[in-house]
Amino acid sequence: MKEFIKNKMVFAGLLFIAVILIFAVLAPLIAPYEPAAIDTKNVLSPPSIKHIFGTDTLGRDIFSRIVYGSRISLSIGFIAVGIAVLIGLFFGSVAGYYGGILDSVIMRFVDIMLCFPTLFLILAVIAVLEPSIFNIMAVIGATSWMGVARLVRAEVLTLREREYVLASKVMGARAPWIILRHLIPNAIGPVLVSATLGIGGAILLESSLSFLGIGVQPPTPSWGNILMDGKSTLGVAWWLTIFPGVFILLTVLAYNLLGEGLRDLLEPRLRR
Amino acid sequence: MLNYLARRLIGLIPVFFGITIISFFVMHLAPGKPTDLQTSLNPKITYEARVRMEKLYGLDKPVHVQYVDWLKRFVRLDFGRSFLDDRPVIDKISERIPITLLINISSLLLIFAIGIPLGILAAVKRHTLRDKLTTVFVFIGFSTPEFWLALLLMSLFGITLGWLPISGIKSLDFEYLSFAGKVLDVARHIALPVCIAAFGSLAGISRYMRSSMIGVIGQDYIRTARAKGLRESQVVYKHALKNALLPVITIIGLSIPGLIGGSVIFESIFAIPGMGRLFYESVMARDYATIMGVLSIGALLTLLGNLLADVAYSYADPRIRLGSKE
Repeated sequence: MKEFIKNKMVFAGLLFIAVILIFAVLAPLIAPYEPAAIDTKNVLSPPSIKHIFGTDTLGRDIFSRIVYGSRISLSIGFIAVGIAVLIGLFFGSVAGYYGGILDSVIMRFVDIMLCFPTLFLILAVIAVLEPSIFNIMAVIGATSWMGVARLVRAEVLTLREREYVLASKVMGARAPWIILRHLIPNAIGPVLVSATLGIGGAILLESSLSFLGIGVQPPTPSWGNILMDGKSTLGVAWWLTIFPGVFILLTVLAYNLLGEGLRDLLEPRLRR
Repeated sequence: MLNYLARRLIGLIPVFFGITIISFFVMHLAPGKPTDLQTSLNPKITYEARVRMEKLYGLDKPVHVQYVDWLKRFVRLDFGRSFLDDRPVIDKISERIPITLLINISSLLLIFAIGIPLGILAAVKRHTLRDKLTTVFVFIGFSTPEFWLALLLMSLFGITLGWLPISGIKSLDFEYLSFAGKVLDVARHIALPVCIAAFGSLAGISRYMRSSMIGVIGQDYIRTARAKGLRESQVVYKHALKNALLPVITIIGLSIPGLIGGSVIFESIFAIPGMGRLFYESVMARDYATIMGVLSIGALLTLLGNLLADVAYSYADPRIRLGSKE
């Protein structure tokens, strides 16, 4: 019974992720309006048949902006996590495989990075660079790889003692081959779980940054910067705050559910 | 205990240097010089004034010399002067730290007070409706954007119901209030920010508490305690709780950077004059001196918080302070 409920939640998560993916891919077909089309006659109109989620302070259709915004949110989520996973895999496997001084130096570096309040570090870097979409992906990636590095290191530490690694060594394989061919593929399970959960985290971060005005810059719609408008119209136009927020919440929730489902699937020994 | 503390403190030295190097590196990521905004982008400035400014920040020297100079000043907590109003950065930070600490410590207490009992209850009444509700709450807590929750609560309690103030840290008539009135006034102002800061971590802590408690309840000594005929409440709160709390201490230590970082969000939404808002304003104004100051102080506060968590852990668990000599 419990498994069934769990699966149902994973299924719900997957379904919602699929919906958002379709939004992102087919945005021009799904969005009823141009996301940047200004309509001064319909400023701040509440949800109606014409504008199902209402319009914003410039009369732009909120639903269309959310549909287009899913492109930004998803691509930042995927690419930022991709960067984090690559960095984490590299440092984690090198630290775990070589051990010794290299290991202590890398792990100390991880400790140091973990000392910085993430949002402070990201904001500082973006203040110095420019808040372009590419920079945001890179910065979120560069500040969220530490968990993956720790995971991979722990896995590699146990894997490197296995017989098949020894066999590979005896046959003259070099370290990069062993790491890429034997260690990383066997350590990938927990990384996948952490990456799935990380996509949710990255989407949350991006929306916070855009909300603060330091992320994706208008007029490009992102879920966070639609909410920026929501702040100035608080108490006047609830639809501006509710809809984008619900989309962020549900998307992040969906990735969290999927991540937990994957954890149960890939790491049955952790099942409680 | 002292021995353990000393070892921990020595271990912090390289971390401290790492923090300063990264802060310094971030500042030098900038294309051009941090003073460009005041100098080459400002048509009114003379060449002499520009050179003077670059000298002041040491930008005419090689990078490693700049770092050593910066570090020397860092140790004396001298972060230079704000580009915005020419006040010493450390003064700007130190007048704002108490507010941020007040909010963060209050929300840590709130996390303790709610998250731990919630986790215990979920663990003890496993697989009941209450446990499932807790799980749902945990997932929603993990997934809710902090700033969105802030907007919602602000509009509900501040605008629709009008119960709580929605900006600042004190009312206009603060000076005329009695002492109790002052305390109440600040409490009313920080109530929403504290709840919002606590919300996300609350979910995490109750989840860790639950799994830690479940692990402990399965131990032999708990069965022994039950076999002795102790009441269930005694078994849970006297025997199991102490041991189940141990891993949670570490998690609280780890959640400190998130709390401090999160202060950027709620302080700028609620217009609270704390460190987070100072940081946000400096980022918007490209006030590098202040940015670097807050970044390093934030990291040092985290380091301190982690140290405190470690000390608390070792105090609670003698295995840590005695056993790690190897």
